[in-house]
Amino acid sequence: MPDLTPITPLGGSSLRTDTIGAISIAEADDWALASVAARAGQLEDTLTRARKLTGLDLPGPGGLVAGGDWRAWWMAPEAWMLATPLSASEDIVAAVKPALGDAASITEQTDAWARFDITAPVGFLERLCNVDPARVTPGTATRTVMEHMGVVVLRHGDQAFSVLGVRSSAGSLHHALLTAARAVA
Amino acid sequence: MIINHPLLGPRDAQEFTYLGDATLIDRPDGMADAAPEAFHDYLHLRDNPAGTHRELWYHEGGDRSWLVVTRDTRTHEITRVDLARDVALQRGRGA
Amino acid sequence: MSGYRLQGGQIDRTRTLPFRFDGRSHSGHPGDTLASALLANGVRLMGRSFKYHRPRGVLTAGSEEPNALVTLRSGARAEPNTRATVAELFDGLEATSQNRWPSLAFDAMGVNDWLAPFLSAGFYYKTFMWPAAFWERVYEPIIRRAAGLGALSGQDDPDDYDKGFLHCDLLVIGAGPAGLSAALTAGRAGARVILADEDFRMGGRLNAESFALGEMRGAEWAAQAVAELASLDNVRLMPRTTVIGAFDHGVYGAVERVADHLPIPPEGKPRQILWRITTARTLLCAGATERPVAFADNDRPGIMLAGAMRAYANRWAVAPGKRVALFVNNDDGLRTAQDLAAQGVRVSAIIDSRPYAPDPGIPGARHLPGALVIGSAGRLGLDTITVRTAQGREFRIDADALGVSGGWNPNVHLTCHQRGRPVWDDALAAFVPGADLPGGMAVAGAAAGVFSTHGALQSGHAAAARALEDLGRSAPAPTLPQAEDTPIDLRPLWHVPGKGRAWLDFQNDVTVKDIKLAHQENFRSVEHMKRYTTLGMATDQGKTSNLPALAIMAELTGKTIAETGTTIFRPPYTPVSLGVLAGRARGKDFKPTRLTPTHHWAKARGAVFVEAGLWLRAQYFPRPGETHWRETVDREVLAVRAAVGLCDVTTLGKIDIQGRDAAEFVNRVYANGFAKLAVGRVRYGLMLREDGFLMDDGTTARLAEDHFVMTTTTANAGPVYRHLEFARQCLWPGLDVQLISTTDAWAQIAVAGPRSRTLLQRVVDPGHDISNAAFPFMACAEITICGGLRARLFRISFSGELAYEIAVPARYGHALMERLMEKGADLGVTPYGTEALGVLRIEKGHATANELNGQTTARDLGMGRMVSDKKDSIGAVLSRREGMNREDGLHLVGLRALNTGSRLAAGSHLLERGADAVAANDLGWVTSACWSPHLEAPIALAFLKSGAARMGETVRAVNLLSGQDTAVEIVSPHFIDPEGERLRA
Repeated sequence: MPDLTPITPLGGSSLRTDTIGAISIAEADDWALASVAARAGQLEDTLTRARKLTGLDLPGPGGLVAGGDWRAWWMAPEAWMLATPLSASEDIVAAVKPALGDAASITEQTDAWARFDITAPVGFLERLCNVDPARVTPGTATRTVMEHMGVVVLRHGDQAFSVLGVRSSAGSLHHALLTAARAVA
Repeated sequence: MIINHPLLGPRDAQEFTYLGDATLIDRPDGMADAAPEAFHDYLHLRDNPAGTHRELWYHEGGDRSWLVVTRDTRTHEITRVDLARDVALQRGRGA
Repeated sequence: MSGYRLQGGQIDRTRTLPFRFDGRSHSGHPGDTLASALLANGVRLMGRSFKYHRPRGVLTAGSEEPNALVTLRSGARAEPNTRATVAELFDGLEATSQNRWPSLAFDAMGVNDWLAPFLSAGFYYKTFMWPAAFWERVYEPIIRRAAGLGALSGQDDPDDYDKGFLHCDLLVIGAGPAGLSAALTAGRAGARVILADEDFRMGGRLNAESFALGEMRGAEWAAQAVAELASLDNVRLMPRTTVIGAFDHGVYGAVERVADHLPIPPEGKPRQILWRITTARTLLCAGATERPVAFADNDRPGIMLAGAMRAYANRWAVAPGKRVALFVNNDDGLRTAQDLAAQGVRVSAIIDSRPYAPDPGIPGARHLPGALVIGSAGRLGLDTITVRTAQGREFRIDADALGVSGGWNPNVHLTCHQRGRPVWDDALAAFVPGADLPGGMAVAGAAAGVFSTHGALQSGHAAAARALEDLGRSAPAPTLPQAEDTPIDLRPLWHVPGKGRAWLDFQNDVTVKDIKLAHQENFRSVEHMKRYTTLGMATDQGKTSNLPALAIMAELTGKTIAETGTTIFRPPYTPVSLGVLAGRARGKDFKPTRLTPTHHWAKARGAVFVEAGLWLRAQYFPRPGETHWRETVDREVLAVRAAVGLCDVTTLGKIDIQGRDAAEFVNRVYANGFAKLAVGRVRYGLMLREDGFLMDDGTTARLAEDHFVMTTTTANAGPVYRHLEFARQCLWPGLDVQLISTTDAWAQIAVAGPRSRTLLQRVVDPGHDISNAAFPFMACAEITICGGLRARLFRISFSGELAYEIAVPARYGHALMERLMEKGADLGVTPYGTEALGVLRIEKGHATANELNGQTTARDLGMGRMVSDKKDSIGAVLSRREGMNREDGLHLVGLRALNTGSRLAAGSHLLERGADAVAANDLGWVTSACWSPHLEAPIALAFLKSGAARMGETVRAVNLLSGQDTAVEIVSPHFIDPEGERLRA
């Protein structure tokens, strides 16, 4: 283990959780992330190898799947994000790349994103982004825009969401989420 | 405006960035003899139709797909949306 | 009847709300508007008109009100030009009248009314013509003081405004009988419905009328329908919400007044929300607006629309006066007489312009068929009207209130927002929606010209059923209550001919005479008439005045109204505060902020920050005792040149490029060769736009055969990524290439200076040899540091010194910076900011955004030969255009001030000695300038015509804005180490 101490996306030494009425917003940093982009003509091989590694079928457009230690969501045509606990796999590329071989391009994304785990009714989104809540059902991953920031909205369950934005604007994203929570709570 | 993304369904145009005429896909061969003339035409000579226009939009606030959107410039009616990659392959673009 | 309050109404008499108008205390009840409460307190005079400062009272009972504009609240929350007719009364409401001095009852500017003969339409254009110098300095301030509306507080608005996004199957605009009927049909069918209404109480005219729906009063039926809709999960009721615009593809703008009816918004809550509603189908059920009839002095307080009188009496239980007369041209206006009489209000006369009009038989009321009102009298309010009978007899009638009805105009406004044109309907004597409606929109009820209650209920249901069918749902059978289905009887009457001024546009003070003048001066098309007279251009957009005015123009030109046509409406439907359009995007929330991984570290050290696009970057790191920023920057620069400096360069874009064809791809997007770049090496790349101009530059490292990491300038990270995706998806979809941004994934720190290697060797894990031999200039490697942390090391230099950039996962950037500071203490390690970074790169002659400004080429930068002609890369062909390769073209040069005490600024233009500072003599411009602590002189980079051939000559850098005129020597842009020995050391 390196003898350097990491900081959280919001720049603290510990993670922050805010509760506003029935809404909670928790800064989270426990996922290692890697992007998986199928190489030309190797989509099937990518799917097969990913299934072998994670036990998951990489989902179609807008999809999010989870099982065991893995989560996977669709990011772009023939490209996905894989997530697994950081504690188990600090160097996620070292874990994923051998399994995928030359079938896909793997890029570390762990620190590219700041993540907030949110407990809130789906109506919370209506002050934040222009997506139809009827389409943001559990098991979807939606890339959209909140306050000019590109984000991914993962809906895990009825009131369980994660919002991921680029790490450098974690503070602005957090502020936007809190403001919306105060407005609807 | 609402763009009906071929993979993701209807999305607000605020998520997209506009580029222009879809003929930008038809980039000439830079090593051909008449390349200067071909590039001049490619880059500067565009139709400006009052009616159906095929144009490139980029889903920057989404999945980063380039799309070819067929839009009536008079009414903004969008009659067709394709992945630009598919259109490019259909037009014979490859490696 | 002692006061003006009647029995009944939809007000809560169990509670009393005190409020103040112009400092006087009054009281009303929940359910009141400011207008109804003022009328109930006997206050008729509510404002002064825009131009003539005429005393004015309410004309209407809704959002179309042109007269009763007040300033609501006080101090920072003061909101001018609020219509008293829609301002919901709350406890402690404070309102002030506008456009009067010293008081509403005695307004000194009322003198304008006496000057009216000189203030006709076109007066401004004709009078204030010369001298031109007076336009802005003399005329405009005078006109603005004399004519106007309320004034802004000049203070920051303390309230928040929000925005939001809604999606539905059916948007129903307006909750009158048609809208409620439609919403019930669609809501019961399970469709996602939004029902929006500008009023705080849904029901529309049902709340204002006395007739029954089935066994119930209209207002009771409306309340019951609203209760049912509220019980449906798939229906969202949005009272206090005005749909302000119809945009492309079923997108609507709506403003919800969340807290305007409260003294101040609850903590954390917005005052208003701007909603962007995306809907599959829309039903416009916006009702209709009554129009007045113009006659001499028809603007006196007490004269109002007959339907508004009915609304005040039925909904708000307020009598419009003690002796009320009515002037109508249709049956609907007669309802007012019936309802007032039923409430015990004395109706003194009914003047009906229709010769055949039936007598409604109101006890005590004179019925005068075929008669006209030809004038009014009374100071600050109506006392008498003058009537001319069908037989030509003229006499006065005592009346303190006159209800006027000229018929109703369907509210077609939103049907026009996509260039739809209303069409004239002779039978209704009104414009109705045309066929070219916004996509997905249908119109029902009075907005479609269906004026009866039964018709509204029926058409609302039918239109909702059609929308459901379009959406693949079936509609339940209608359960419509019995309701009146009276046919329209109306005989058009637009104005009463005669002497005196007859008002059309009350808010902009446009009279029938002004229309005649427009006609006389040939401003006859409706668009010309509108602009010449300003009719319809006030905040009410002419809701009550447009049609009468164009009907008069039609009369004057001898055309029909259909031939004359109409102006159309644009968003917004009613005025919108700028605050809600801005929403949350105020102050530092205007845009997101991006922080570097070492931001908190830099902040703790007292760094001064600068905005670089969205990023905040450390600009310099002042030390105690340093009194000027340049003192700090000079120290930082010299530390890099002499020892080692650290700078966070995470903001540069990083794009991960992988795939079997990654090398070929990079080779095509850069103008110089990349195909043969060896693994473990970095190369500087020039990226061109297809038109041959420079787009961006940066270094790109090859980490593996099939893996490159490209860097971009901070500003171009997004555009370059977009460009690469375009090349990948649209130009060469057959190449095997995958792209993803990793800008935020890695914290990248420049370690620059002669001692940089020594410092890095102290953190790099054993086993990674970074000696000059093993890791030369332009090498790169994936290594580990600090006991196993993954890192990428690049030996690249922006400063011209021996330098590296080291990248670690972003969460470790802060700790790495601390570690490097700690390990380098004895080496003189110094953090430096963007200011020193700029000085270092100017001294080295490296280009950045100042030089890559979209108008410059590789040749201008002296890198023309880098553009390969051995391959097809983006921009290469057109970069060879003749015009971009002129011998006397621009070249990047260095400039050094001859006098070290002089100043040199970016943006200065270059001139020959002795040449006049005029554009014709321009030789180029200074792109970047700084004080060079190394050379101890002001230096600069500049583009100069034929610059490469002029080394050693002297020119002048002239900045007319700051009065600088500096003699400079033309030198190489590489002020430091032109041979590059330092960076290879």
